Amino acid sequence: AAPRLAQRGRGGGRPGAAAMTWSATARGAHQPDNTAFTQQRLPAWQPLLSASIALPLFFCAGLAFIGLGLGLYYSSNGIKELEYDYTGDAGTGNCSLCAAAGQGRAPPPSCSCAWYFSLAELFQGPVYLYYELTNFYQNNRRYGVSRDDRQLSGVRFALFHPANECAPYQRSAGGLPIAPCGAIANSLFNDSFSLWHQRQPGGPYVEVPLDRTGIAWWTDYHVKFRNPPLVNGSLALAFRGTVPPPNWHRPVYELSRDPNNTGFINQDFVVWMRTAALPTFRKLYARIRQGNYSAGLPRGAYRVNITYNYPVRAFGGHKLLIFSSISWMGGKNPFLGIAYLVVGSLCILTGFVMLVVYIRYQDQDDDDDDD
Amino acid sequence: LSVDSSWLRWQWRVREGSAQSASEATPLLSAEKARRSYNLRRQRVVFPNNSTFHQDWEKVSRSYPGNRIHTTKYTLFTFLPQNLFEQFHRWANLYFLLLVILNWIPSMEVFHREITMLPLAIVLFIIMVKDGLEDLKRHRFDKAINCSNIRIYPRKVHNYVRKPWKDVRVGDFIQVQCNEIIPADILLLFSSDPSGICHLETANLDGETNLKQRRVVKGFSQQEVQFQPERFCNTIVCEKPNNHLNRFKGYMEHPDQTRTGFNSENLLLRGCTVRNTEVAVGIVIYAGHETKAMLNNSGPRYKRSKIERRMNTDIFFCIGILFLMCLIGAVGHSLWNGTFEEHPPFDVPDTNGNFLPLALEGVYMFLTMIILLQVLIPISLYVSIELVKLGQVFFLHNDLDLYDEETDSSIQCRALNITEDLGQIQYIFSDKTGTLTENKMVFRRCTIMGSEYSHQENAKRLETPKELDSDSEEWTQYQCLSFPARWVQGPATMRGQKSAQPLRRCQSARVPIQGHSRQRSMGHYENSQPAVAFSSSIEKDVTPDKNLLTKVRDAALWLESLSDGRATKPSFSTTSSIADFFLALTICNSVMVSTTTEPRQRKVTIPPSTKALGMSLEKIQQLFQRLKLSSLSQSFSSTAPSDTDLGESLGANAPTMDSDEKDDSSVCSGGYSTDGGYRSSVWDQGDILGSGSGASLEEELETPAPGLAGPELCYEAESPDEAALVHAAHAYSFTLVSRTPEQVTVRLPQGTCLTFDLLCTLGFDSVRKRMSVVVRHPLTGEIVVYTKGADSVIMDLLEDPASVTDIDLEKKLKKTQARTQKHLDLYARDGLRTLCIAKKVISEEDFRRWASFRHEAEASLENRDELLMETAQHLENRLTLLGATGIEDRLQEGVPDTIAALREAGIQVWVLTGDKQETAVNIAYSCRLLDQTDTVYTINTENQETCDSILNCTLEEVKQFHEPQKPDRKLFGFRLRSKTPSTTSAAVLPEVGLVIDGKTLNAIFLGKLEKKFLELTGYCRSVLCCRCTPLQKSMIVKLVRDKLSVMTLSIGDGANDVSMIQAADIGIGISGQEGMQAVMSSDFAISRFRHLKKLLLVHGHWCYSRLARMVVYYFYKNVCYVNLLFWYQFFCGFSASTMIDYWQMIFFNLFFTSLPPLIFGILDKDISAETLLALPELYKSGQNSECYNLSTFWISMLDAFYQSLICFFIPYLTYKDSDIDVFTFGTPINTISLTTILLHQAMEMKTWTIIHGLILLGSFLMYFAVSLLYNATCVTCNSPTNPYWVMEVQFSDLTFYLVCFLTPVAALLPRF
Repeated sequence: AAPRLAQRGRGGGRPGAAAMTWSATARGAHQPDNTAFTQQRLPAWQPLLSASIALPLFFCAGLAFIGLGLGLYYSSNGIKELEYDYTGDAGTGNCSLCAAAGQGRAPPPSCSCAWYFSLAELFQGPVYLYYELTNFYQNNRRYGVSRDDRQLSGVRFALFHPANECAPYQRSAGGLPIAPCGAIANSLFNDSFSLWHQRQPGGPYVEVPLDRTGIAWWTDYHVKFRNPPLVNGSLALAFRGTVPPPNWHRPVYELSRDPNNTGFINQDFVVWMRTAALPTFRKLYARIRQGNYSAGLPRGAYRVNITYNYPVRAFGGHKLLIFSSISWMGGKNPFLGIAYLVVGSLCILTGFVMLVVYIRYQDQDDDDDDD
Repeated sequence: LSVDSSWLRWQWRVREGSAQSASEATPLLSAEKARRSYNLRRQRVVFPNNSTFHQDWEKVSRSYPGNRIHTTKYTLFTFLPQNLFEQFHRWANLYFLLLVILNWIPSMEVFHREITMLPLAIVLFIIMVKDGLEDLKRHRFDKAINCSNIRIYPRKVHNYVRKPWKDVRVGDFIQVQCNEIIPADILLLFSSDPSGICHLETANLDGETNLKQRRVVKGFSQQEVQFQPERFCNTIVCEKPNNHLNRFKGYMEHPDQTRTGFNSENLLLRGCTVRNTEVAVGIVIYAGHETKAMLNNSGPRYKRSKIERRMNTDIFFCIGILFLMCLIGAVGHSLWNGTFEEHPPFDVPDTNGNFLPLALEGVYMFLTMIILLQVLIPISLYVSIELVKLGQVFFLHNDLDLYDEETDSSIQCRALNITEDLGQIQYIFSDKTGTLTENKMVFRRCTIMGSEYSHQENAKRLETPKELDSDSEEWTQYQCLSFPARWVQGPATMRGQKSAQPLRRCQSARVPIQGHSRQRSMGHYENSQPAVAFSSSIEKDVTPDKNLLTKVRDAALWLESLSDGRATKPSFSTTSSIADFFLALTICNSVMVSTTTEPRQRKVTIPPSTKALGMSLEKIQQLFQRLKLSSLSQSFSSTAPSDTDLGESLGANAPTMDSDEKDDSSVCSGGYSTDGGYRSSVWDQGDILGSGSGASLEEELETPAPGLAGPELCYEAESPDEAALVHAAHAYSFTLVSRTPEQVTVRLPQGTCLTFDLLCTLGFDSVRKRMSVVVRHPLTGEIVVYTKGADSVIMDLLEDPASVTDIDLEKKLKKTQARTQKHLDLYARDGLRTLCIAKKVISEEDFRRWASFRHEAEASLENRDELLMETAQHLENRLTLLGATGIEDRLQEGVPDTIAALREAGIQVWVLTGDKQETAVNIAYSCRLLDQTDTVYTINTENQETCDSILNCTLEEVKQFHEPQKPDRKLFGFRLRSKTPSTTSAAVLPEVGLVIDGKTLNAIFLGKLEKKFLELTGYCRSVLCCRCTPLQKSMIVKLVRDKLSVMTLSIGDGANDVSMIQAADIGIGISGQEGMQAVMSSDFAISRFRHLKKLLLVHGHWCYSRLARMVVYYFYKNVCYVNLLFWYQFFCGFSASTMIDYWQMIFFNLFFTSLPPLIFGILDKDISAETLLALPELYKSGQNSECYNLSTFWISMLDAFYQSLICFFIPYLTYKDSDIDVFTFGTPINTISLTTILLHQAMEMKTWTIIHGLILLGSFLMYFAVSLLYNATCVTCNSPTNPYWVMEVQFSDLTFYLVCFLTPVAALLPRF
């Protein structure tokens, strides 16, 4: 039996060796990596909106919204606005004469009218003077793109070669380039206003200084809109070889006498070129902040002299003049406050509904448990 | 270097290839040779590339395509046009192209012409890059393959030279060395193996790892050491290139006009690896794209998933919405224009100053609006879905739970675009064999000459593998400690020990998995190679039936006696039959033998012939006589303890329990002697016999077979059944030692080796369902035919008992047949696979006549298959039944559990199998497909009318069962009341199962009874179709899929399941024992059935819910955003202008809101994997398409409308009547909608990981960063309008923050 025993000893050694090989070749070549990512076991957070989290959240959010809404609402109510429709519909003041005179005539004759109003108390400043046009679709697609920003940024080449988008206001009938080209520039709003104040009844009207600068965006005035380089120090020479848009009575370099406010950087023009988003829009005309009027418009009688040029009756539009003060949240608009209030109350309402449902279900669960 | 992946490509290549081969069909033979002209249209003629045939070769063979493969789709020059052309086949791309073109019409130009092209260009570009990279990879791969080296015989050099594959031409001689990959289809002319055999591994082709034999063409096998290509002067004629891997025929014409036939046995296919053969030489028949391997690959499959189909209908809804919006825009614009009496200053005329008529303007506006609102049709959705699916497939691939350690393979996704269908499966059609079961055949029991041997120990071993594992471990230790003592004490003490451990003596049965892993680690095999199939211990070890074992010994002795010429017993005696039976088991197969010590090296040493052993036979006989006596004496003392083991024995009629004890001891010591814990399949013969009868016997017995005891034998079989049978025979010590084409050597229990001359082998095929070998018996000199086959076939081929003259014999035969049939039925009921074994002795001249006939048949080129079949039928008749075997196909691990889970998930599981009904039903019970309490209806009929009436009756009956339930469901109001009765009735009602066979199915299909059949199956818990042909399987799948319009999944592992796999919505192949055909045709390939559970319940659910919710979200996102633009149209005179800069709009879709949905679609988990596995019912949400159906689509649409209303009108009302300009108005709207959309996404996400958080936050911050930068730098760019400094201005405005804070809250409030 001795040789047999020896053989057995050998045989017994084999599993041990096998175990070693086993550990070395345990991982197959195609075995996927066992990482949290590949096995989709990344630590994850599963947001479960339990009632104890959701309900306080709703109530808190609701309360916060209501608070914010109230604040907005009152601050909006604190803003004063004074507006006057000077379109000149029949029997609405002396502008109707101008409107009637301009009826059917193109270009309409120059005409002026006035708007008289009086303030019983101080109109808290700073006061902004806007004009508003209604039913004027500056956002009309074909209208909105009818411009050439390169020309307006003072590139000399573009000045004489307006972009195709400007057509048909790209070149005049004579083939000369129109500067500024395009429909927007062509339809530039050209009514002008001056404000007069009568301190005492029967007293003389004193002109209230209107600050016509700084009504455009700073970047527009300083970066986006540039006059072409002067030729011999003269802007008029720089524009030689161009014609003004067909509706204009004077060339672009004569928009104002102030050299810093004429040409493409005329602020009225710059403001007009920033096309409005909605068919009823305001544009800033002037700020009242100089002299005695820096605190606002004191009480008394006022007169606004209006140079009535711009025809709006063709498209059923109206022209309005608006004095408005301004607050930390911009112009007068009660909507945002109301919206906050509504959403806040909705939050609280939902919170209550959920609370009721929650309590109901909890009861049911308890009942089920009892069963 | 694997070649197979290059095959999986481009059918168009194949098509191109066939076109080429048609054009080359011109007879090009030289007139001077005046040979007969070959029909090149129908045949391929190959001239060898040597000096003799050089001219012919130049003319004919050279015109065949070379071996360079070129699987790329594009070339450098055709890439751009071809790729674009293909991309525009997608209608979505065409739609966007149309929009781009529209935008080029000046009057409709909404955006910059160039900008409109951007989204389309980006999408096209991404796809183009993807295609380009894929093609580049292909190109590199082709290049690598084309440049790999092989030894070619060039005419001029007269020696083999290494050259790249691409230089191989048809007609070249090629020398392939061991472990080299074959570069083209070559005809084998020489093999270094003396018997002219070349061994192949075809794993690259079909995944089968067992070695295949290929033979040298007849007449070339007897050659000197080297093959001389110059002396080869035959012309080869064969068939045109085709894609049948296993079909090839042709002939070789010798200079003297004689012909030698050859077939696929002689063809080495491209991509196979030469193994165990030092050198093989062949002539190239097909090269490059004409090789069978290349012709066989079908490109990747494209299926359209259910979600995609659903999505397409929703896209049509979107188109409807778009159309409506555009119509509103067009009419609105016309009306708006009509309100003006004259043209207002903001109505700009065209370039010539003319205004268009209103109607025309309306039409223009309609088209313009389409351009404006185009994003409503989500262009990026398609790209996103593709990306998401890539991500999902990545995670599927990487799941450890779907990885099978045993085969070292994880899931393969062959179809990339139907991952989400996995979550919507309603019907599963499963194959049985290899799918539900392991397809690892284990010998269970057998019947020989009418007596049954039940193999109780074997059954026990199989039933309790787990306990045994731990036990045997313990037992091994125990043995180690106690054995020496026992050995000294002798058999008497051992007996006492044995009865205490009745089960443990069973040989090292292990849990299958552990057995495998152990085996791999044993170091018998090369580590890189997967374990050779069919060799786990559970299959190898068969515990012999004690009753039979003694008889076998008798038989073996009888067999020995033949050699002395003193055959005393009649040839039909039980003893001789048993010997024949085991010889048949050993010989009648195609099992290859190799040794484990030299893996994959064929055993070259030819065992000593019988003659050498002759002198020792006498001695052995003496020994056995003694052995038998001693065992008998022992048996009487040991019947009592062993009876308990065999208590519930089915074959209780087994008369003797003798040799029980002796067997125990022998087995035990045998197991011990190998290696303690691990039991190898072959142990020293001497041990078994010797240990039982004492040391003296052992010594003597060790002498006869000294050369054989050494290396462990390894069997490589083409079918697992064969391996099982060889192992079984081996357990009874009939060991297959070697097999060459001419000889088979069998070692008998005594250690004697018998070498049979193998005269002919008729291989197995599915039509004949049997195989035969013709051998010359070395002892008697008789020519014997052993046939093995399906019982139904063999029983018909048996010799008619009535024709036998001897009455006794006739009676005996009849009895044997009847009893065997009875046993066969019993086996089938137990779920065993049955095979009948029969033999026939034929006379010398009969055989010679038959052989010549056979030879003729083999040489013929025309209808050879029919001829071969006919010859086989001539031989296989009038057989004598020897017995039958029952082989168990074990259930795969976790099958019942998986099926139960799938059931719970609401999936109907059908089993379609080609197996017998009894076997199938049995398996169905064991895998819980059917329950014992179920009412099972079985329909077996061939007649259509009968079938109809049976169906009607069953339907009535089933309906009666289910009738009471139905009204309850309808009375919804009285739910509480009806609840109780319905549940109770359901509990009382037995579930219904249906068993149906192939013939009945045929009747159903022919008799147009499909509707009734489906109605009936609707009531059934499970349906079992047996005896199905592959065609019927696919017909059933199609029937259910089309008529019930449900999502179907087919799972199978064999070639017979291919049609079913292709017919279903999802085909799953199990990469198992039966080759790769099923895998090749499947969409997903897994390695275990139980993986289906996680694949469907977890991944399916995730993929579906992720993708479905992403698609819904995408629709929502686009509608929500586009509606903002639409609302604005009411305030700009329907002029199609936008309040948002176009670049910001593009970025919005491309960058800011594209990543979160992608991440969501890839990573989100609505329910954790654990929950999904624990509660399979959750799967039903996918089946019912709950995440994405018509209502969810419209709900999300409504939600989108609501949110866009809020997002537009809150800012509108806020900024109304102010000096707001276009872009300053658009910026907050854009910001708000971004916030809303992202927050919406955040609310959709059920699981937050760090990736989710980072991506969402990153998208949000990127919007501001990009906007600020863009707004600050773009002064005059993007003419005519740009949002210069707008964002900065808004940032300094408090109202902006207030609006941006309020609106998303208001918009998302209803979702809470």
